[in-house]
Amino acid sequence: MTRLLHGMLFATTVLASAGAASAADVTLNIESWRNDDLAIWQEKLIPAFEAKNPGIKLTFSPTAPTEYNASLNAKLDAGSAGDIITCRPFDASLELFNKKQLVDLTGLSGMDNFSPVAKAAWSTDDGKSTFCVPMASVIHGFIYNKDAFEQLKIEVPKTTEEFYAALDKIKADGNYIPLAMGTKDLWEAATMGYQNIGPNYWKGEEGRKALIEGKQKLTDADWVKPYEELAKWKPYLGDGFEAQTYADSQNLFTLGRAAIFPAGSWEIGLFNTQAQFKMGAFPPPVPKAGDTGYISDHPDIGVGLNAKSKHPEEAKKFLTWVASPEFAEIYANALPGFFSLNSSPVKMADPLAQEFVSWRETFKPTVRSTYQILSRGTPNLENETWVESANVINGTDTPAVAAEKLQKGLDSWYKPGK
Amino acid sequence: MNEADTPLEAAPIRRPFRWHIVVFLAPAFLVYTAIMILPLIETLRLSFYNNVDGAPAFVGLANYQVLFGDARWARDFWNALTNNLIFFVIHMCVQNPIGIALAALLSIPKLRFAAFYRTAIFLPTLLSFVIVGFIWKLILSPIWGVAPWLLSLAGAKWMFAPWLGQSGPALIAVSLISVWQYVGIPMMLIYAALLSIPDEVIEAAECDGVTGWSQFWKIKLPLILPAIGIISILTFVGNFNAFDLVYTVQGALAGPDMSTDILGTLLYRTFFGFQLQLGDRSMGATIAAVMFLIILAGVSFYLFAIQRRMRRYQF
Repeated sequence: MTRLLHGMLFATTVLASAGAASAADVTLNIESWRNDDLAIWQEKLIPAFEAKNPGIKLTFSPTAPTEYNASLNAKLDAGSAGDIITCRPFDASLELFNKKQLVDLTGLSGMDNFSPVAKAAWSTDDGKSTFCVPMASVIHGFIYNKDAFEQLKIEVPKTTEEFYAALDKIKADGNYIPLAMGTKDLWEAATMGYQNIGPNYWKGEEGRKALIEGKQKLTDADWVKPYEELAKWKPYLGDGFEAQTYADSQNLFTLGRAAIFPAGSWEIGLFNTQAQFKMGAFPPPVPKAGDTGYISDHPDIGVGLNAKSKHPEEAKKFLTWVASPEFAEIYANALPGFFSLNSSPVKMADPLAQEFVSWRETFKPTVRSTYQILSRGTPNLENETWVESANVINGTDTPAVAAEKLQKGLDSWYKPGK
Repeated sequence: MNEADTPLEAAPIRRPFRWHIVVFLAPAFLVYTAIMILPLIETLRLSFYNNVDGAPAFVGLANYQVLFGDARWARDFWNALTNNLIFFVIHMCVQNPIGIALAALLSIPKLRFAAFYRTAIFLPTLLSFVIVGFIWKLILSPIWGVAPWLLSLAGAKWMFAPWLGQSGPALIAVSLISVWQYVGIPMMLIYAALLSIPDEVIEAAECDGVTGWSQFWKIKLPLILPAIGIISILTFVGNFNAFDLVYTVQGALAGPDMSTDILGTLLYRTFFGFQLQLGDRSMGATIAAVMFLIILAGVSFYLFAIQRRMRRYQF
């Protein structure tokens, strides 16, 4: 079917521009899991690139997100993968690079547009080689119902104390569920809970690196504290939150039944189309007024070059364009909530997205603590964190027990300093 | 003179080799070998291999040693096996008796709308597990679900809890969803078995004054025992291979706190990986091999210990 389609596409390309020098046209295939972005690629990104680079054509061919890793690996092994590979952050892509299926892009022009933190997700452990161009990151925080806050005369909380005061006020009023979060899908508790507020306690990169180096343990106070905070969220969650799924939480918030949604910036696009009220966002509250704040600014999407590509030069041209501020601006505006990792600031029209990205100026960014190196073995730290975060909120495990379980699992295979 | 002693009789009759048997068996044999037996053997073989220094190497029983010897692997495995046993016991104690009862009711000759009931009860079996999982997640949802509303109509709202999210009731809830879906199968099999009981037997029983309940217990039940045996073994195999419903209702991590993790989901996570966890084919194959052995043991036990002793009646 795809072959037929490709044949037809090829035929139409040749026929349409017969006579011109189009026989030399090179078509680059882009592998991706972002099938939600198909329209944006076809309507905005591809025309913008093709207009500037005659002779290079792009085809965006996405796979379902859950199947992407498996199908990409199979295609790469069989040698049938596209020229441009969309990279998952950290180990999944690192493995492809180690298998020599991705090209080393350290010297690519435009790569210096990115900071080392942005490149870390697609670099070797020592940071010497980078194999994907960072494309987008997502930022954690809380999205709130502005109308509800105005109605209840609540100020946007800056410290945890204010945060709980606001939650108490919403709860006492009774019209809104204070926090829209469930533990059924597990990852909500871990990603929007633990990884959202955690960096404030383990001091972002500092703690994350210390954990990797073995200088800190998950049982240390800095790592247990976020769990203690999560445990306090329980009374503010909706009825039956144990069986509330991620989609339920989204709906509760966009229907205006909940006041605060522990979020990732990727929600912005959907919430803008669904919510009928004004929304605002605030970063994870700091423990004490005046504390340095940390946010999780997590690299999510990168693009790399298939080592078996027949057109590496053209592909590099494309990647250089992806690394340019021009791409960053089109992309960030087309997909509010997926922020460019480019060092040059990008102008965005969406106010909510602007709010999120403005935190980069005053807060220190970090990535999710479990993603780099620490989820390489069995038991998998990220998956265990899902389970334990939900357990802590449900009250199945105390914060201390949860942390101990995680550290024990990590100890069973991870030897720091290796 | 005895006819059997004649040399003419003793000469063996040479029959031509019956090629058509081979020809007719070949397609099924080849297809079954290619898509069932070879993968099975390959899986068993893979369970004796693992990656050593980046290259696949024969490791003997080391994978099994890890699965049963390593504290974490063993904990996950025994947790999955225990949950699977509970899953199976609930099916045996709820699904099959209800199936038999429904079949007995349906086979009452005077029952009206029997065809409608039969279709309605069998229908969920035909639904995709994705749909079943989704529907039940909605029904039991504490936010939009119809279950809390129905209970509140009956003044029993206090009985409702977010069962799917609580580590105790979640496994029972998932099992009962599965029972709801598959209760049509024992019903149909028993129904067919009940219909095949000849009228003469029933009439004879009635002449002897055996009617109603005692007729069911003393005449019909012994006659449908082989069918019940088949259902039990089907349930056993089905339950220990189960995966789909848990995956759609509770996700691959079989939450909360692994309380609905059964062998199928454990195998899935291990073999294919999940989220940041990369797939481990060797350990996955090891779990698959253990599952195969468990099912093999169960089926053999049934075949040799139970089915041979079962009395069959011929009419």
